[in-house]
Amino acid sequence: MSHEHAHDIKQATRKYIYVFLALLLGTVITVIASYIPFGSHALNIAVALFIASCKAFLVAAYFMHLISEKRMIYGLVAATGFFFLGLVLLIVFSDADQLMSRP
Amino acid sequence: MSSAAMEIPYSVEPRPDTGLYNGKVGIWLFLASEVMLFGALFSSYIMLRVGSDAWPVHMLNVPIGTLNTTVLITSSITVVLAWAALKLKEFNKFRLYMGLTVVLALTFAIIKSFEYRSKFVHYAVEYTHNGQVIEATGHIEGSPWNWSLKTLQNPDHPIESIVFHPDAAGHGHPGEGATIHAGEHEAVTIATKDIHKLESFGPWHHTYLAIYFTLTGLHALHVLGGAAVLAWFWITGPAMWRTDPERLTNRVEVTGLFWHFVDLVWIFLFPVLYLL
Repeated sequence: MSHEHAHDIKQATRKYIYVFLALLLGTVITVIASYIPFGSHALNIAVALFIASCKAFLVAAYFMHLISEKRMIYGLVAATGFFFLGLVLLIVFSDADQLMSRP
Repeated sequence: MSSAAMEIPYSVEPRPDTGLYNGKVGIWLFLASEVMLFGALFSSYIMLRVGSDAWPVHMLNVPIGTLNTTVLITSSITVVLAWAALKLKEFNKFRLYMGLTVVLALTFAIIKSFEYRSKFVHYAVEYTHNGQVIEATGHIEGSPWNWSLKTLQNPDHPIESIVFHPDAAGHGHPGEGATIHAGEHEAVTIATKDIHKLESFGPWHHTYLAIYFTLTGLHALHVLGGAAVLAWFWITGPAMWRTDPERLTNRVEVTGLFWHFVDLVWIFLFPVLYLL
């Protein structure tokens, strides 16, 4: 990263500002959407988590520079994502029969 | 062996096989372990929520939560601008942005502590009135901190009665049996002998509050830890900028990566705990 030119950094800074504005907008939309009944509460949850995932992507990609990283970091992130999903899904699936039978 | 010989390798120049300076590999490994820590708690949240008969929605103060989200997002941009300023060799700008980040981090923690306090002065009470059992939520006059029936019955300082201000109608929380009768929103004096149960909205009050305090408490510890490191580089930055500017730049980048992670966790905590 040390051989980046001042021009690149200035360009990146402009991007950071756009990302910041997008994050603020995302926050406002999430709050408003949570007060709109979409018919089922599950849909409200899906909408909020979708917006949160978009915001998380923006933070990880631009603020954390994942958009242009070395291969090793991508490998690390992929492994982390895999185990994170495993952690969440294993517990959810172990309880799936109970979840399905709920009214 | 002289101390000059003990230089830490690859703190600035990239290691040939990874193409990265070691600090960056280290922080990403650490963040991977952090994802597992928060991931375990998020999956606990899912388990508790689907197993619960009633789950409060919009129970917390949404405007305050939105404000705090904005504070944390703003601190994420200031820390990345601090790093960019070092890259552009604009040290005064670095000091400004880094200082702002620390102030925003502390602002977040202070707002959070007020939110916590509001839970410990909010009560659920169950008492007998004219032979009828009444459950209500509200505040005790004088806003005492975390009272219970034991506090009232303390033999050394017994309290004969409390003045209770019930929440306005509609502010009762599902599953918490806030059955306040019409016209009873004014303050009521309740004798201690009539009270069956008195409990503040601490982590013991409801499964939701238990996971709320656990998740936000762990997150708040990360905010305080991050703020300490950010402040450290704000204080020691000038000295290191003179001797080893590139290493300082990398340290700030690595600290920033941690700080963005703290922001990222909050991006999920906010909707999950405040809005859904």
